[in-house]
Amino acid sequence: MSDATTPSTAASGLEVRGLTVRIDRRTILDDVTFTVPPGRRVGVIGASGSGKSMTSLALMGLEPTGATVTGSVRLDGTELVGLPDRERARHRGAGIGMVFQEPGTALDPLRRVGAQIAEPLRLHRGLDRRAAAAAALDLAVSVGLPDPESLLRQYPHQLSGGQRQRICIAMAMAGQPSYLVADEPTTALDVTTEARILELFEGLTAGMVFVTHDLAVLARIADTAVVLDAGRVVEHGSVAGLLAAPQHPATAALVDAARATARRAPRTGGSA
Amino acid sequence: MIRRLLARPTGVFAVVVLGLLVVLAVVSLVWTPQDPFRADPFHQWEPPSPAHWFGTDASGRDIASYLLAGTRTTVLVAVGSGVIASVVGMVLTAIGSLTARWVREGTAVLLDILVAFPTLLTAMLLTAIAGGSLGVVIVSVGLSFGVTIARVARGEIRRIARSDYVTAARASGVGGAGVLFRHLVPNAAPLFTVQLSLAMATAVLAEAGLSYLGYGAGSNTASWGSMLADLQTYIGVHPWSATWPGAAIALVVAALSLLGDAVRDATDPRLTTNDRAAGGGPAPRTPDDPATTSTGVTA
Repeated sequence: MSDATTPSTAASGLEVRGLTVRIDRRTILDDVTFTVPPGRRVGVIGASGSGKSMTSLALMGLEPTGATVTGSVRLDGTELVGLPDRERARHRGAGIGMVFQEPGTALDPLRRVGAQIAEPLRLHRGLDRRAAAAAALDLAVSVGLPDPESLLRQYPHQLSGGQRQRICIAMAMAGQPSYLVADEPTTALDVTTEARILELFEGLTAGMVFVTHDLAVLARIADTAVVLDAGRVVEHGSVAGLLAAPQHPATAALVDAARATARRAPRTGGSA
Repeated sequence: MIRRLLARPTGVFAVVVLGLLVVLAVVSLVWTPQDPFRADPFHQWEPPSPAHWFGTDASGRDIASYLLAGTRTTVLVAVGSGVIASVVGMVLTAIGSLTARWVREGTAVLLDILVAFPTLLTAMLLTAIAGGSLGVVIVSVGLSFGVTIARVARGEIRRIARSDYVTAARASGVGGAGVLFRHLVPNAAPLFTVQLSLAMATAVLAEAGLSYLGYGAGSNTASWGSMLADLQTYIGVHPWSATWPGAAIALVVAALSLLGDAVRDATDPRLTTNDRAAGGGPAPRTPDDPATTSTGVTA
């Protein structure tokens, strides 16, 4: 696999080179290569089981125990693969943040959401309790949460799915990371909420790896994308090009499936 | 927390019964209506009266006084076994989930083997070796239940460690200690509480059972179990007398097993806070986790 997206200058950007993940001699990810230039959004698409989520976890260094990761993930020139977990943890949240697919389970059910946003604030910015609470409030405002003062005192189950995902985004942005990994962050949301959360992502300045299987979302959020199939990058290029003239059968299948869905439900509709 | 505990009928029942038990145990240290151990051959099998509230037994001992003196044994057994079970449980859980892989897996196998020994059998085995005393009962029940707790808690810790919210916390930079003390321990605590209260209930049952079988406390220690053993011999003739220790044991065991459930419910924000339902409609409720729901006491 050669250079995936725009050729980047030496040390800036999130560079993934030959990323390979094996579990018990089974190859889950095989030689995945792409680059996210600072401030740009790169889509990762593929069918279920193509290795999208494993890519996100491996970027964070959160692959399951027993998995071996080889290859290279360079964060603005710093190699992350092979770092001891203690050092890797310092880059999590501060260098790369992550937003998960299911906001219902990505928050600790027993802790108030304000405390969950404050935790990375205290870790990465060294704020004391009060300063962290104030900063959490600012973050809550910046991710568009209504009535943030009282909302931050709530527990996750008291919030709607969209509000929870905004909390998760605030948590991911708390360490002011320059890159964000978003693993299907709108899949669990209804279409109206999805549109609002996508607006929020569009407003963020961080570079982004945006994992999705939804081509409409991809077209809106990213300029370039890589297509994964069975753990390999099978195609890459501009999103417009991929959608207009898919070269690989896996890409073509995704595009066909999206067209079929669009034909069947011309006025979007669905589960709002 | 106390207010939330008392908001549920099971909580009220458990708090009232166990509160009364502790108060009576303290009272019995300084006062009992009669000397609980004084035999009086002239007043055998007396019916309840102002002098003998619950009547007297075969050797003329005052049942109420003996029952009262037995509360000390019950409290001692429940608390002692509870303390030992939680210490053993915590240590084994920590070893079984936080250490190097081969230690963890070895511990898991060991726990599976140890758990196969029934609590009561272990206690009888130990009494056979070390002789019958309250201490042996407390230690053996504490050890057995420590193992049971560790086995269940280990699975729970592993489940939580793999959960999305722990992954999300780690993704935001939280390190090992932060994950352990702010996510793993608080989320495993409800299960631990339920198991611990079950352990205490079982300890009371086990002490009664062992004393009943003659393995438990010696004859100079007042115990509801040995009392029940004495009185049930005459149950055909004096049915009311055996009812007292029987009812006392049943009440305390029920209260102890309900206490854990009540405490768990009272500390779960999902059950104690109202849905806010702002913006996108009410959030779906998470169903009760079967892993933390007790099914009953097994001795």
